[in-house]
Amino acid sequence: MRSLRFVFVSWKLQFKMIMRSPFDGIGNVIYPLFFATTAFFVFRAGSSPRTLIYASLGAAVMGMWSSVSTSAGSAMQRDRWWGTLELLVAAPRHFSLILFPSTLGLATVGIYNLTATLLWGRFAFGIPLTIEHPLLFGFSVVGTVLAFAGLGLLFAVSFVRFRAAWVLGNFFEYPVWLICGFLVPLSLLPDWVRPISWVLAPTWGMNAIRESALGGTPLPDLLLCLGLGAVYVAFAVLVTNRVLYDARARGSLSLT
Amino acid sequence: MAAIEAEGLRRTYKTHTGTVRRKAKEIEAVRGIDFQVREGELFGLLGPNGAGKTTTIKMLITLLIPTAGTARVLGIDVVKNANEVRKRIGYVFGGERGVYERLSGYDNLRYFAELYGVPPAEQKPRIEELLELVGLRGREHERAEGYSRGMKQRLHVARGLLHDPEVIFLDEPTIGLDPVGARDVRATIASLTEAGKTVLLTTHYMFEADALCDRIAVITQGEIVAEGTPADLKRGVGEGTVVEVEVYGVGNETVERVRGLGGVTAVAVEEREQAQVLVVQTGPGAELTQAILGCLNGSDVGRISHREPTLEDAYVALVAE
Repeated sequence: MRSLRFVFVSWKLQFKMIMRSPFDGIGNVIYPLFFATTAFFVFRAGSSPRTLIYASLGAAVMGMWSSVSTSAGSAMQRDRWWGTLELLVAAPRHFSLILFPSTLGLATVGIYNLTATLLWGRFAFGIPLTIEHPLLFGFSVVGTVLAFAGLGLLFAVSFVRFRAAWVLGNFFEYPVWLICGFLVPLSLLPDWVRPISWVLAPTWGMNAIRESALGGTPLPDLLLCLGLGAVYVAFAVLVTNRVLYDARARGSLSLT
Repeated sequence: MAAIEAEGLRRTYKTHTGTVRRKAKEIEAVRGIDFQVREGELFGLLGPNGAGKTTTIKMLITLLIPTAGTARVLGIDVVKNANEVRKRIGYVFGGERGVYERLSGYDNLRYFAELYGVPPAEQKPRIEELLELVGLRGREHERAEGYSRGMKQRLHVARGLLHDPEVIFLDEPTIGLDPVGARDVRATIASLTEAGKTVLLTTHYMFEADALCDRIAVITQGEIVAEGTPADLKRGVGEGTVVEVEVYGVGNETVERVRGLGGVTAVAVEEREQAQVLVVQTGPGAELTQAILGCLNGSDVGRISHREPTLEDAYVALVAE
């Protein structure tokens, strides 16, 4: 119960910090516009409203993913610059529990990105915004956010050990757009790419969101998305102590 | 049982030189130190920059794994049972880092109260009590980015005390503060031992160590070179005299000549406004004023004075050895 309370309070404060960052704020205004524009121009040739909704949803999840992948690394880097990383490590809580609200906060910003992209698409480009199963759509979005937070946690743990790993966040941003089928159906990708897509929760989160919006069966995709998210969290928890011990042995926690 | 025990504590760092032909180099930051701090004691670790003070503290607060030796806090091993140690200690360091600038002072404290598992019902009164103690009442809802250095430092102190730790580690807590701010922080530190806390303080301000500490260990180049009460340390040079000579533009060669005089135990040059002051410590019974002036032949000499040794002189003598 105390851990849940900690996650909630910590998430709220992390969210407050993200909202107060002018840099992130500008990004949050510009990114959804950029993603919605990309989706519109790429798919307008298809002229079918269904194709445009498909693309618009993909662009919206692109925004969510970008928020987590690029920001999880820079958030840890900021903790190094601010000198707060050592204080977090010196606290008597499991370090993965300390990191989780931070990545969850970033994934929550992703919900805003998703909404803003869909609204930009609707009002700037006239992409229809119809959701067949609103309740399942809501669950799918929340499930995807949680899975993204789990993946962000795994990233963040590696950023603690490897100082330059925050660059990896940027590196992963674009390939995931493609590999997880945000803009292009997976069936168009080479066969060897598919196993990589299957182990990435964003693939299933994207499917669940599309299935619920366009009228399909999102539950299997949602369960797979959540299951993979849980695996990421479990793996991050398992390696956290090892990673921290290594960082303490190397004396790299105080380095920026 | 001692509150803090270090036995043969050693820490080395690996560093690299060169870009293309990289060479690994090992630096010994702490070279096997032993000391004990009793419960309720305010113990000072005194030393120049790079002496190994912060490395020692970081090993004791579980942020660094010692290369060799053992350390226990309240009888708990800092490596084998790090989490138990973390629950019972507080850590405050000097400077402006370590604060979430985009949050208010109050939110910073709230976050760390959660982090340290302060029961929800106790959080609000505890935070208010600490804001009062460190003098931040009335400013707590402003963002920390607008705080002065002194205010951030006081926020650090409040953060370190949130979970009412039994042992508190203070790493140069007054560094860079103005005299009034530093005095306030020192008053807070003094009140900690009155409340029964054990405090390990690192500083390179002699008067601070003299005023606050029950016992002091002087550390230089990773080794403890002296340990005792401030009075014990002063006594080490207490039977000699200190000659201070105001000079203008004294060179290294001259300083070395003075150092070579029989009866001289330590020499330091301090910059004071336009002039330099040559501080020469002499052994008991030695009258070396004329000999010192002889070494300064050719230099412009100002005021000459004699005084009793202070803790700072004891420290300079120890560090210079």
